[in-house]
Amino acid sequence: MRSTVNPAPRTGSGPRDPAARPSLAVDLAGVGKSYRSRPVLQDVGLQLEQGGFLAVLGPSGCGKTTLLRCIAGFERIDGGRIALGNRAVALPGTHVPAHRRHVAVVPQDGALFPHLSVAGNVGFGLPRTQRRGAARIEECLALVDLAGLGDRMPHELSGGQQQRVALARALAPRPRLVLLDEPFGALDASLRVELRRDIRAALHEDGATAILVTHDQDEALSMADRVVVLREGRVRQDAVPSTVYAQPADSWVASFVGDADLLPFTGADPTGRVRTGVGPVEVRAGGPGATHLVLRPEQVRIDPVGTGTGEGPVATVRDVEFYGHDTLTALALPDGTVIRSRSLAAPASVGDRVRVRVVGPVWAVPDGGHAR
Amino acid sequence: MALVATAVALIPLGYLLLRAGQQGLPAWLDTVFTWRSGRLAATSVALAAVVTAASLVIGVAGAWLVTRAAVPHRRLLAVLLALPLAVPSYVAAFTWVSVADLWNGAPGGRFEGFAAACVVLTLYTYPYVFLPVASALSRVDAGQEEAARSLGRGPFNTLVTVTLAQVRPAIVGGGLLASLYVLSDFGAVSILRLDTYTRAIYTAHTVGFNRDQALSLATLLVLLTGLILWGEGATRRAGTRYASTRPGRPAGVADLGPWRWPAATGLWAVVLVALGVPAVSLVRWTVAGTSLADAWGRIGEAAAGSLTLSLLGAVVTTVLALPIGILVARHHGRLTRFVERAVYLAHGLPGIVVALALVFFGVTVVLPLYQTSWLVALAYATLFLPLGVAAVVGAAAQAPPSLEEVGQSLGATPAEMFRRVTVPLTLPGIGAGAALVFLAAMKELPATLLLRPTGMETLATRLWSATGVGRYAEAAPYALLLVLLAAVPTWVIVQRSGIVRPAPSDATVVEDGALLAPAPAAPLLVDSVSGEVGNLGAVTGPTTLRRPVEDVQS
Repeated sequence: MRSTVNPAPRTGSGPRDPAARPSLAVDLAGVGKSYRSRPVLQDVGLQLEQGGFLAVLGPSGCGKTTLLRCIAGFERIDGGRIALGNRAVALPGTHVPAHRRHVAVVPQDGALFPHLSVAGNVGFGLPRTQRRGAARIEECLALVDLAGLGDRMPHELSGGQQQRVALARALAPRPRLVLLDEPFGALDASLRVELRRDIRAALHEDGATAILVTHDQDEALSMADRVVVLREGRVRQDAVPSTVYAQPADSWVASFVGDADLLPFTGADPTGRVRTGVGPVEVRAGGPGATHLVLRPEQVRIDPVGTGTGEGPVATVRDVEFYGHDTLTALALPDGTVIRSRSLAAPASVGDRVRVRVVGPVWAVPDGGHAR
Repeated sequence: MALVATAVALIPLGYLLLRAGQQGLPAWLDTVFTWRSGRLAATSVALAAVVTAASLVIGVAGAWLVTRAAVPHRRLLAVLLALPLAVPSYVAAFTWVSVADLWNGAPGGRFEGFAAACVVLTLYTYPYVFLPVASALSRVDAGQEEAARSLGRGPFNTLVTVTLAQVRPAIVGGGLLASLYVLSDFGAVSILRLDTYTRAIYTAHTVGFNRDQALSLATLLVLLTGLILWGEGATRRAGTRYASTRPGRPAGVADLGPWRWPAATGLWAVVLVALGVPAVSLVRWTVAGTSLADAWGRIGEAAAGSLTLSLLGAVVTTVLALPIGILVARHHGRLTRFVERAVYLAHGLPGIVVALALVFFGVTVVLPLYQTSWLVALAYATLFLPLGVAAVVGAAAQAPPSLEEVGQSLGATPAEMFRRVTVPLTLPGIGAGAALVFLAAMKELPATLLLRPTGMETLATRLWSATGVGRYAEAAPYALLLVLLAAVPTWVIVQRSGIVRPAPSDATVVEDGALLAPAPAAPLLVDSVSGEVGNLGAVTGPTTLRRPVEDVQS
């Protein structure tokens, strides 16, 4: 059982500067960073309010770890501005060193200090007088469900427990911001789900502001209040998880976040009822210039030929992947396009001919390439 | 910083080449291409070849039998077979000569010459093959052998084409290491009165006062050493791709049937001869006692001398090793590779060559240092720098940059990080490295012999002079002390080689999934002995500097 903790007021926010937006914990504008003239981050901007949880999602090499290191103060930025609370910590020519930023990092491997006990690790960032037997240490250990394990040494803990200690250590000094760098990467899948839930709860309970960096879309969508999709050093979309999934910014985001089949779309008017290769569908779009329709497999329903409404085209079942909780069926449309349909049961076998039906509106996006 | 430290370590080599250059090529050729020089070369090379071949046979066969065959008491045998490493070669030679004399009092019938040197050197050099091969064999992935068997290969075919192929880098590396030690050995060949390069250099210098000849011979020996080092380096580079990417399941043990008895007998014979002769000698002559007045006082004096020189050597070596080790651990690039190679090259130089170069350097360049302990310490630093550097590299890996970053993100200033994290994490490793340098220096003979201040005696030099005049009872206590000193680093190597019990850290890394594997208690070094980067690589990071912890070279 966790103890209830009142979120403490954090330094850097509050009454000192009432004119500025008081609730903004992190404010990045136009951040750029290059390694040997190769740009890694370009014009990155993001805002995070006090107590918020943001995920930076992108494939490996997209610059997300560099972004995290710039915010933490391990790297200098070439351009733009990073502010924490009301204080600018990085401008070109100005660089507040990491130890004065009050930004605590939870690295991928935990990076616990091997020579210190669990309590010693958790108390590391506390002022000297509070390190021994501080109530805050026990409080943070309780937050991550490790109450009473303060005397253990890091090597006596499992991988998941080490990550919990790393989080407790980051929370203990009540930093302005907690940065989580793919903290579940080294753990196996079943452990990961449980730890995700617990870490999210601990962050929330402690009122911490946090940024999670990950390449795992499930992780980003399920944990964060907001998702920033990063590709090749640029922000492609910044929205709440459901929006990123349902209304992706372009075809690349659509195919990177979740399963999607992209159908070419040439309709001049990007809204309204449109006749397509999968029959007539209701199209919606965020703006002009749409070139693709995003077809999520769960929108595609199939019925045996001869039943149902009979409006859609007849397709041939190419492949059936049975996952237990659902089934993914690959369908070849009359024009040769292959789309996928997700259903609870396995409604057809390879070679069957089925009628295709699309449920709900279909989102139209501009071209951004394919993620996979 | 690192460059300065490397330069200091390379003083002997550089000075030697400089002097040889000044001498001029014709003069050099005149001294090198003589009948005597040819004979020395033939003896040295033949000795190295015979000893290496014999060491390979004993080492590889022994390693396979104790790790992969059902030989009775194989764990015990594995440890016993490694123990001859604890007997410095000149101590071994002394014990053999003194035991042979028990049965052969007739003058002229002394135990000496080529055959004697072959026997003695083989018995105390084969562990350089045995340990890396045994270590590599104990880490061979059973999955590969099972795959070979399932694809229709027989047991013998699998052994040759899969198992031994996997440990081939360890075999070749061990063989080259053995030949390097034979070539640079001074103490044993001198006590056994076999004229090799090292002994000729010493004689030319001390007896003939013929410095030019000593110099020419030394440069020739450097060339030979360089050739072997190059070969060893090439094998190791080729060998890295053999290293298993993931720790496998330990392989099973072959059933030898009735053959296990002759196999065990052979191994016990090696152990009994290699360890028995020194034991008999030490017991016999220590019990006999010495007639010398104030024997204890003399021992104490020599021990104090050894202690002084070795402590100074350990301090100087560690101070030089710190910047080099940090460079190697934290920065990768051409400069780092150069520094690493240079340090490694100096380590491969025979002690006698380093000593000779420093004598010249002391006399002509830094006269105030000549005949002081500092010059001896500098020689130790040149010879044992890799031990110190490897310790620093290992220690630095205990405090990786990611820990520093986490600490900073928690508000610790760089100075605070150094005090609260870096020092506590690295001090044990660096201290252990310094201790190993200290022990290696205690056993060092040729450089100590040539460079020590007049009147200063050490355990090694006392043993040397007492053996030279046949006073075995007087020599015995020194030999005993030296063997005990050498036993400590030997035990460290044996433990780390994974032949006592299978390397445990692999399993932990896999199960935890976390990268924070339990830190080895003594994150020292290592090593030609493990022969594999394997699990060490995961813990210690990308270090290529793996050299023997031990240095029996004398």
